[in-house]
Amino acid sequence: MGYSPGTFFLQNLFNATMLGGLYALIAVGYTMVYGILRLINFAHGDIMMMGVYFAFYAATIIYAPPLLAAIIAIAGAAGLGFLIDRVAYKPLRNAPRISALITAIGMSFFLESFAVVVFGAIPKSFLDVFKDKTILNKVLLVGGARIPLLTFLVILITAGIFVVLFWIVYKTKIGMAMRAISMDIPTTSLMGINVDMVIGFTFALGSALAAASGVMWAMRFPNVYPYMGFMPGMKAFIAAVVGGIGSIPGAIIGGLLLGFIEIFAVAYFPNFSGYRDAFAFIILIIILLIKPSGILGKKAIEKV
Amino acid sequence: MSEAGEKLVLEIKDLHVYYGAIHAIKGISIKVPQGKIITLIGANGAGKTTTLSTISGLVKARSGKIFFNGVDITNKPAHAINRMGIAMVPEGRRIFPGLTVYENLMMGAYNRKDKEGIKEDLEWIFSLFPRLKERLSQMGGTLSGGEQQMLAISRALMSRPRLLMMDEPSLGLAPILVEEVFEVIQKINKEGTTILLVEQNAYGALRISDYGYVLETGNIVLEGPSSELLENEMVKKAYLGMS
Ligand SMILES: Nc1ncnc2c1ncn2[C@@H]1O[C@H](COP(=O)(O)OP(=O)(O)O)[C@@H](O)[C@H]1O
Ligand SMILES: [Mg+2]
Repeated sequence: MGYSPGTFFLQNLFNATMLGGLYALIAVGYTMVYGILRLINFAHGDIMMMGVYFAFYAATIIYAPPLLAAIIAIAGAAGLGFLIDRVAYKPLRNAPRISALITAIGMSFFLESFAVVVFGAIPKSFLDVFKDKTILNKVLLVGGARIPLLTFLVILITAGIFVVLFWIVYKTKIGMAMRAISMDIPTTSLMGINVDMVIGFTFALGSALAAASGVMWAMRFPNVYPYMGFMPGMKAFIAAVVGGIGSIPGAIIGGLLLGFIEIFAVAYFPNFSGYRDAFAFIILIIILLIKPSGILGKKAIEKV
Repeated sequence: MSEAGEKLVLEIKDLHVYYGAIHAIKGISIKVPQGKIITLIGANGAGKTTTLSTISGLVKARSGKIFFNGVDITNKPAHAINRMGIAMVPEGRRIFPGLTVYENLMMGAYNRKDKEGIKEDLEWIFSLFPRLKERLSQMGGTLSGGEQQMLAISRALMSRPRLLMMDEPSLGLAPILVEEVFEVIQKINKEGTTILLVEQNAYGALRISDYGYVLETGNIVLEGPSSELLENEMVKKAYLGMS
């Protein structure tokens, strides 16, 4: 490899943190929606995909610079998440939970098919978003390891987003309402809180984080195609379950754990690299056997 | 009680409520005049909680009307009804267990913007329940049953309601706490809040209220000034454990 073990480790440490952070950003959306509605939003990975397309078209059709394209992607995904809740899930709030679950699977198929029809099945290159590609190719030397500037930026931005997320959830009024809804919906409405608005906000927030993850994901893995949300979405869902679904810190820990295992397993056991995507499922099975409620999960609480 | 000229905060007219095929409320009419304590008593399953839930918008009425200060609020969403000035102390307290005591209080004040008024009301609440002040940063779920009831009452007061509805606030409390809760209800009323009190503890409720309704399987079977109900033979027999 031409690297000392130390630099090799460092290199992988950065890659693992980046990948884990990107999983964590998506995982938070699953966990927040599950926390308040006990619904697994299977369309969540596809909302990430839609966000990436929003950025792609913002850059290639209206020539938005990359940062503006990212903002458009995030805002567009937030709006889409809100809309999906309104049209697909809200009418089923009092229906059996299985109905909403099936609707979520249907919504996932719908978004993927929509992307195939409207955006086309042929992959596009996200690199087209950048006229000036120097930022993508810049490399920094850290302790002998060559770390792309992009990796640093992604890790920093991800960490920044989590700080803002924690501030929203634990320090603002709407965050307090979100937490209250996860405990007791009728009583929250007795406090004069429009529960549907808060649920819509939660979808928008989770979708915005997924789009942020998607845009950064596409800078690293520039293939943009209608099914690109499936694997990251699946792994982020596993991350949320592994961390303890319903728990935001759990989703972050789960995401990082998945990222670390995936990167380090392949780094130190290159023969396994073909099984890269299987690690997430192996961890899921192990966790389900040892602690079914996940790392930070509470005992299985059925909502009454 | 319903003399002409008396201002009604709440008026229920011929209310019917169903749960699927179950006819839970069968055409009741209730009047709550401003500044009074009105009580609704009845045995378990009589329909007391259903009545309050329908007023507060959690359960929909099949027919009949509910007026709040003369405005029709029948089947409006719960959050809209709360914003108009009706607060509820729900059955079983329903404290948010994973929010701190302070956050629980702020949930009650969610739609208020007047920081100064909120501060004043907090001070007032701490004067009613000094124990809550010591527990502000504690999680709601860690409080004792009595403390949770005080928090539930305080949380409702934090919205500065014009009508306070309470669903069995004395349920499950030690006798000394029951006394305390009834005293606090009177204090709150003296400060100007109209109260609709639901109780199984008929004696306690009738002693502190102005007027009472007796509910049996979805019907109002008796009503009158509370002092008269306390002397009523049927009430004595069925609800006061005297024969
Ligand atoms: N969610 C519900 N679904 C079906 N029936 C209900 C529901 N809640 C209450 N009931 C029924 O309605 C009647 C009135 O109940 P409730 O209002 O809770 O009485 P109370 O508060 O006086 O004890 C009872 O027969 C009860 O079984
Ligand atoms: Mg009841």
